[in-house]
Amino acid sequence: MPTTATAAHPLADVTASNSTLRRFLHGLPGVDAVGLEARAASLGTRSIKTTAKAYAIDLAISMVDLTTLEGADTPGKVRALGAKAVRPDPTDRTTPTTAAVCVYPDMVAVAKEAVAGSGVKVASVATAFPAGRAALDVKLADVRDAVSAGADEIDMVIDRGAFLAGNYLKVYDEIVAVKETCGTSARLKVIFETGELSTYDNIRRASWLGMLAGADFIKTSTGKVAVNATPANTLLMLEAVRDFRTATGVQVGVKPAGGIRTSKDAIKFLVLVNETAGEDWLDNHWFRFGASSLLNDLLMQRQKLATGRYSGPDYVTVD
Amino acid sequence: MASVFEYAPAPESRSIVDIAPSYGLFIDGEFVDAADGKVFKTVSPSTEEALSEIAQAGAEDVDRAVKAARKAFEKWSALPGSERAKYLFRIARIIQERSRELAVLETLDNGKPIKETRDADLPLVAAHFFYYAGWADKLGHAGFGANPQPLGVAGQVIPWNFPLLMLAWKIAPALATGNTVVLKPAETTPLSALFFADICRQAGLPKGVVNILPGYGDTGAAVVAHPDVNKVAFTGSTAVGKEIARTVAGTRKKVTLELGGKGANIVFDDAPIDQAVEGIVNGIFFNQGQVCCAGSRLLVQESIQDELLDSLKRRLSTLRLGDPLDKNTDIGAINSAEQLSRITSLVELGEAEGAERWSPECELPSSGYWFAPTLFTKVTQAHTVARDEIFGPVLSVLTFRTPDEAVAKANNTPYGLSAGVWTEKGSRILAVANKLRAGVIWSNTFNKFDPASPFGGYKESGFGREGGRHGLEAYLDV
Repeated sequence: MPTTATAAHPLADVTASNSTLRRFLHGLPGVDAVGLEARAASLGTRSIKTTAKAYAIDLAISMVDLTTLEGADTPGKVRALGAKAVRPDPTDRTTPTTAAVCVYPDMVAVAKEAVAGSGVKVASVATAFPAGRAALDVKLADVRDAVSAGADEIDMVIDRGAFLAGNYLKVYDEIVAVKETCGTSARLKVIFETGELSTYDNIRRASWLGMLAGADFIKTSTGKVAVNATPANTLLMLEAVRDFRTATGVQVGVKPAGGIRTSKDAIKFLVLVNETAGEDWLDNHWFRFGASSLLNDLLMQRQKLATGRYSGPDYVTVD
Repeated sequence: MASVFEYAPAPESRSIVDIAPSYGLFIDGEFVDAADGKVFKTVSPSTEEALSEIAQAGAEDVDRAVKAARKAFEKWSALPGSERAKYLFRIARIIQERSRELAVLETLDNGKPIKETRDADLPLVAAHFFYYAGWADKLGHAGFGANPQPLGVAGQVIPWNFPLLMLAWKIAPALATGNTVVLKPAETTPLSALFFADICRQAGLPKGVVNILPGYGDTGAAVVAHPDVNKVAFTGSTAVGKEIARTVAGTRKKVTLELGGKGANIVFDDAPIDQAVEGIVNGIFFNQGQVCCAGSRLLVQESIQDELLDSLKRRLSTLRLGDPLDKNTDIGAINSAEQLSRITSLVELGEAEGAERWSPECELPSSGYWFAPTLFTKVTQAHTVARDEIFGPVLSVLTFRTPDEAVAKANNTPYGLSAGVWTEKGSRILAVANKLRAGVIWSNTFNKFDPASPFGGYKESGFGREGGRHGLEAYLDV
């Protein structure tokens, strides 16, 4: 087995076998769904106005992984996306760049060129995204492909089938292998597809499993299923990264993805970060939004704050 | 401490509520001056600003109000239940329509955060009127005989911690069952009751059915002692409750008392920790801990004590204390200077007795009555802070090793109003809840209320139940 940086941390021995791993994951504190959702809803009522809102919008823009994951993606589409990531609002050059553009592995080289020199990262969904139903060799080849094309970040999906079957060590080993393949050049985001994991207890276990295996980020979902990021599952993952840092000293990022479309929603997520994990997570090295349509709403809200007037969709670019 | 993400102030507008410079007593459908012309001021606890001057009812006013209520009782009790229901539904709807105004008013007069008046108090106030409106024409099916009769004039005395909600708990069932009411609100929070008087007029409620008499303890004593009052309902301190019990002893008056508490919040080692922390915070810091059923004693299983306390302290550091009209405020002002000094002296006693005091870094506003959220660790059953009701944002933390010990400690109190049990094990919830001597037991939650759910205490927490079908019994001759 490849050794990773995680081997040194205090919880390394829980991954000795599937049964030790299982005992550890099932020994994590349970999640009371009603209480979790109530807490997420109550933080959703924070009123963010004026300067706080301006700060939150810019922060949110800088955290966006501008994403296109369509079968119909073309180099032209990806170049357009890259340009938008670098210069989200051509009418206002004070607008921050987005954190990254997120594309399929075969588009990494195109994206890399489109954002060259801007500081915008290129993320790629490797590992047989979105189903993850392929042999490990295929997944690793997918990752190698993306990394060698210059991807700065790899978004991998876990094997939900193995997870739900209780085969946690298989999931762990796969993540470790992908992390190894990422090497030092790419950060690894691990996608759980929380909608398919179905219970909050499972989401907490998956979060710890991912972090034990060396994830740099844990990510809710692919955006390809019915239930994607929600305030409650993101709150839960924020608790997990907070507790993991307390236990091991290792900080891990969080990325809710799918379904976050409005500035209002994005700001609610930032409140969750602020009041759960804390301000150490309030920058794009540790928190991201996986979104495609969110950016335009953020830009329109930003224009409104700057001008006092609501501009409308024709005053922001379509991609 | 300055944070990266500073929330800008988001104050609710005060202009939505129009507070008159002075208010009279509400007797027989009219606002009138007190017979002896006495007045007192009500102040905003968060700023100490005087909000209005209120007429103070004396014995003569109480007599007038009881006479008006007696006269109104004849017609009101003779109305078909469905007719009384119409008035109650109308009141409930007006409360909903005016809820933003009432929420701001209550926050100004009481000091609690707008978040709580807006999201907890007012929805519950309306819900209570809706709920009891539904019962008004079904009293024959409530299990108290085919044709249960009202008692007559109800004398009601309510506290300052939930001024409008306690009014709703008292007035809604009284009117639904055909009684008429003389109600005394607390001297520090009379405004929402006087606004309610206006709502009664707006709803066209017949004169004399509801009478509101602001005043101090002596006004309340006169209401309780009035020979023509048939039913006494009181929510407040145990000491006053005992006095009331002495006053009505030997009379034919029916009485219900909702008194103090020292609720235990029991956290087992298999509890959902993050949600338990929220429940503990909600249990003791909701309304600055000025809640009779507050979970003011945390009983935590020794094996998870450190982990839980770390989480709890981290969580307390995120509580936002300040202007109660700011929508982002979690902790508002203490209701009065008097209450603040009571909390302060009990906390000092706790320290003197050797318990360990902790508060998050927290800047208190310079004017108004404020107390930082406070934890006491190393508390034992022998500490005063584990026995006396503090009625403030002060949590005493005790530990236990076995379920039996948890139950024994939870029950080892003169009170018995509320308790909470936190565990992922369903059978343990039932086993422990069965052994707790408390009127309300929450599992994996705390401070949840619903009009359909009865509320009341054991031992020195009083007797009688409010809310639900049980709440009707207190106002019916059964």
